[in-house]
Amino acid sequence: MKRTDGRNPDQMRPIKAEVGVIPNADGSAMFQIGNTIAYAAVYGPREMYPRFMQDPKKGVLRCVYNMMPFSGHGERVRPGGSRRSKEISVVTENALRPVLDLSDYPNSVVDVFIELTQTDAGTRCAGITAAAMALADAGFKMKDLVASMSMGMLSGEIITDVNGTEDCSLGATDVPVALIPCMDKISLLQLDGPISRENLKKLLETGKKKCLEIYKVQQEALKKKYKVD
Amino acid sequence: MTDKLKIKNKEIAVPGEVLAEGMGYVPSRGIRRADDKLIAEQLGMISIEGKVIKLIPLTGVYIPKVGDKIIAKVIDVLMTGWRLDTRSPYSAVLSMKDATSEFIQRGADLTQYFALGDFVLTKITNVTSQKLVDVSMKGPGLRKLRGGRIVKVNPHKVPRVIGKEGSMVVMLKQATGCNIMVGQNGLIWIDGTPEAEVIAEKAIIKIESEAHLSGLTDRIKAFLEKQGVKVAPEQKKAPVKEIKKKITGGKK
Repeated sequence: MKRTDGRNPDQMRPIKAEVGVIPNADGSAMFQIGNTIAYAAVYGPREMYPRFMQDPKKGVLRCVYNMMPFSGHGERVRPGGSRRSKEISVVTENALRPVLDLSDYPNSVVDVFIELTQTDAGTRCAGITAAAMALADAGFKMKDLVASMSMGMLSGEIITDVNGTEDCSLGATDVPVALIPCMDKISLLQLDGPISRENLKKLLETGKKKCLEIYKVQQEALKKKYKVD
Repeated sequence: MTDKLKIKNKEIAVPGEVLAEGMGYVPSRGIRRADDKLIAEQLGMISIEGKVIKLIPLTGVYIPKVGDKIIAKVIDVLMTGWRLDTRSPYSAVLSMKDATSEFIQRGADLTQYFALGDFVLTKITNVTSQKLVDVSMKGPGLRKLRGGRIVKVNPHKVPRVIGKEGSMVVMLKQATGCNIMVGQNGLIWIDGTPEAEVIAEKAIIKIESEAHLSGLTDRIKAFLEKQGVKVAPEQKKAPVKEIKKKITGGKK
């Protein structure tokens, strides 16, 4: 099956990753896959306000996912938070928290801001991938990076890196996956649409492989920042 | 089992990267062991000393440590002291008792000692598990910083700004004629003529951006000379032998 943009079912869109793109932030990264561009900026650890949200045992991770008003396909995205963005902020937090060790920073907060300047499906995955790089760039203790890939099913076939048109077509299934490579554990798995048990297993196998490819890109981008010219 | 090293000395490691396999290698700071593998926990530069692998972090915020001399900013005046911003997630408290040996009248206006926005050079005396920080002004050189300017660098780059046995900061002081104080929290105070301050600030920013590369002292020296200031030839400390010779006149 050829896809709408001429890719093979297991082919990703072109990828670009860069670390340290926002000088003001303690850590930052950009991740682009096809037409989806995510920027992540990390601030902190810093004092947490409101104070009742402080945790005296460890630092708190706080993520904000946001699509910019002009980021869609010409239709203006309403600025500000929505039910959807709040949900994605929470799943992003949950995807990143297992690798992050904040026990050295009691009562503090680590803010991760994910902004999407351009969207063409797979935004939460691009956001998580960028955020993991930004956290590493900020110098946090992490068990590993988190790599993420949006998998899916369309007309009975498993597809990698779903694009906007595929995402919106009838009967499409959307499965974002995030992987912690060194533990071989999945930290994000959502499902939107019908899929059989066997297919889901197959999809996860392919998804893990694709996440490892993303992982390599992340590692290279982080090392590139300190490369001597 | 054979031990296998997967990274070279002075290379950059990213979190989750496998650095070595086999029980022959010993993990040090910033590295953990999982089964027989050594895995990096942080972004940083790898330093291999024999069988010990260490990770030197390149980024991150400052975390207060007892004994550190830091430059802090007064952000609040309390009932019995001052609250200082240490440029970390945790603010420090300077109590009246540790601030001055003068007698302070009950209800006196504390801003006449340290006003809001003042920078002070202080020493951390205590840090609790919950990161409550106490600082003191009692000690040689600890004082309020008047005039000059403050430059911020990453706290992990401070050792490079200071240099081996203070060589870098001595060179900067001598070349620019500025008075320079380096706080462990990455705040640096420079005081001198405006022109010299600008050169010193530029040099410090250059040190920060090239801290992980070798040959730093030579490059900074060249930079300073290009800026039109004279750098005295490096004063090598005479080895102990020669000093002995001087004292004894070469006789045994």
